[in-house]
Amino acid sequence: MTSISANLPPDKQREMLRRMLTIRRFEERASADYHAGKIFGVVHCYIGEEAVAVGVCSALDDGDRIISTHRGHGHCIAKGADLNRMVAELYGRQTGYCKGKGGSMHIADFEIGMLGANGIVAGGIAIVTGAGLAAQMDGKAGVAVSFFGDGASNAGPFHECLNIAATWKLPMIYVCENNMWAAQTPAAATHALSDVAARAAGYGIPGLTVDGNDVFAVYQAAHAAVERARSGGGPTLIECKTYRWRAHTERRGLPDPRDRAEVEAWQQRDPIGLLERRLREQGELDVAGFHAIEAEVMRALETAVAFAETSPLPLPEQATEDVFAA
Amino acid sequence: MRELTYTQAAIEAIAEEMRRDPKIFYMTTDPIAPLLAEFGHQRMRTTPIAEAATTGMAIGAAGCGYRPIVDWRQVTFSFVAMDQIVNQAAKIHYMFGGQATFPILYRAAVGGGTQLAAQHSQSPYSMFMNLAGLKMFLPSTPYDLKGLLKTAIRDNNPVISFESNRLMTRMGPVPEEDYTIPLGQADVKRAGTDITVVALAWLVHEALAAAEELAKEGISVEVVDPRTLVPLDTDTIRSSVHKTGRLVIADEAGPTAGFSAEVAAVVTEDATTFARLQAPVRRVCALQVPIPYSPVLENHVFPDRIRIVAAIREVLEASGRGEAALAEI
Repeated sequence: MTSISANLPPDKQREMLRRMLTIRRFEERASADYHAGKIFGVVHCYIGEEAVAVGVCSALDDGDRIISTHRGHGHCIAKGADLNRMVAELYGRQTGYCKGKGGSMHIADFEIGMLGANGIVAGGIAIVTGAGLAAQMDGKAGVAVSFFGDGASNAGPFHECLNIAATWKLPMIYVCENNMWAAQTPAAATHALSDVAARAAGYGIPGLTVDGNDVFAVYQAAHAAVERARSGGGPTLIECKTYRWRAHTERRGLPDPRDRAEVEAWQQRDPIGLLERRLREQGELDVAGFHAIEAEVMRALETAVAFAETSPLPLPEQATEDVFAA
Repeated sequence: MRELTYTQAAIEAIAEEMRRDPKIFYMTTDPIAPLLAEFGHQRMRTTPIAEAATTGMAIGAAGCGYRPIVDWRQVTFSFVAMDQIVNQAAKIHYMFGGQATFPILYRAAVGGGTQLAAQHSQSPYSMFMNLAGLKMFLPSTPYDLKGLLKTAIRDNNPVISFESNRLMTRMGPVPEEDYTIPLGQADVKRAGTDITVVALAWLVHEALAAAEELAKEGISVEVVDPRTLVPLDTDTIRSSVHKTGRLVIADEAGPTAGFSAEVAAVVTEDATTFARLQAPVRRVCALQVPIPYSPVLENHVFPDRIRIVAAIREVLEASGRGEAALAEI
């Protein structure tokens, strides 16, 4: 993969690191704040999977659109969402992305082409395929990306949408984040094939399996798929093999049936550690440089937390607003 | 005035709107020939039989500036897209804090009388009424259908057009000139003073026939057609009952937690309207069973003008204005 990273401007590589680190620190904070009772409902942490969101979104333009899952914070940050409004949403404040109506599972920013996290597994795949259709009809070479998990690849909308996108040659990239577990169920117990990417053959489109912890491998696959989509070549299915470090959700008492040795083995392949090491080997980052990025990330996060903490709560009667658009 | 069928009025509404706004496109499994001929495959899109996908794709395209129409054909087929309707379309504007609009028209044929048996004879609109975030209507005439469709296509929310299977070939006057009908506005199809019948779709025509028959006996029936289910024109319904003091509700759906139950609640929970009621509210609905095939069975399940007349007589009787009282007039 050095050939790919060598072709990327050093600034872009460091920006990838900054975004991955932002996701990691954001999720650590979200977990802590959830357990401290500052965040309600549920939080699904993306820790361990940062290279997927950042690798894919680094291959996109601002005008391109993505859709996310219930584990959505990483995709928001990778697409450039405002941390202030994200934390404010988690805290249930008026200034949050959804004015406190959505919470962790429904953060969206249509301005930046982030069409929303979604509480239904496979629920977003059709919606973003509609965004792909819109991009095709716009005729401006835009693309749309569907992020979803291995669990969603077993649901009907995945298959319906791949068929339509392939038939209509929609500018779509379907990114399966195969973290090996659908909630508490191992993928091997529910998949007939070990590689989700193999299903692409059934729709006559390219299907690739990449190391989802290697941000450059993800970027390379996404970049090729984006080029193909922009030039009218139609959709691509990219399966990123990765792993979530934390349990399915942050809820207390949730059983985590995974073997600790399996979790630890994947932690040894920390996507952020891999990128940091590679940047150092390439001479594009020293210890001071890394600390500077880390400090910048923490400053932005603290600013966001302060913004959220000082933001007003919604007024109760605002619960009846926004049922219908004007 | 010229006459069109219910189906022709719908096609005309859609064609006019598609000419007006290039952002409108149509997705269905079997394209409508005149629309395909005029607008081509890009705007009159033939889709796979994949309603979950197309119902959801409409949401995404709408959020990106288009105004999609998805034709489920029979409402039955919407049930395979329930996640997209219930969890996504109905809630997406609200749960994202109103940051984007989702102008979508979903079309669905409802109701029986066509011997299509249990699956393709349903009237499940109250299931959808129960969800916050969807507007919907069920018109009784070609004129109303055309006017409401044009308004719905211009609305910035998901709207469901329920269209009556029994009325598809029914003719009615439709003016040549452009017009729209606002959502949420009932229409008094016949003015009367003794009793109000709130009816939907085919049962509006049955109620009008019942009113005609009873007029010969000096009974004055007011027929109110809500047309729009969400938002429901509660003012017109209440003021009619306020005037007549009696209410019959006629609906091709079953009674349980249905449209008819909603109308009964709208009338009885309002203190001033309730105070005017001279008899209990009476509902004339389908029997609470799946719709059977054989015409003998199907006709037994659905209400009609005979049952509406009987219900009107019962309500009049209960309010002390029965045969005996009428004989004195």
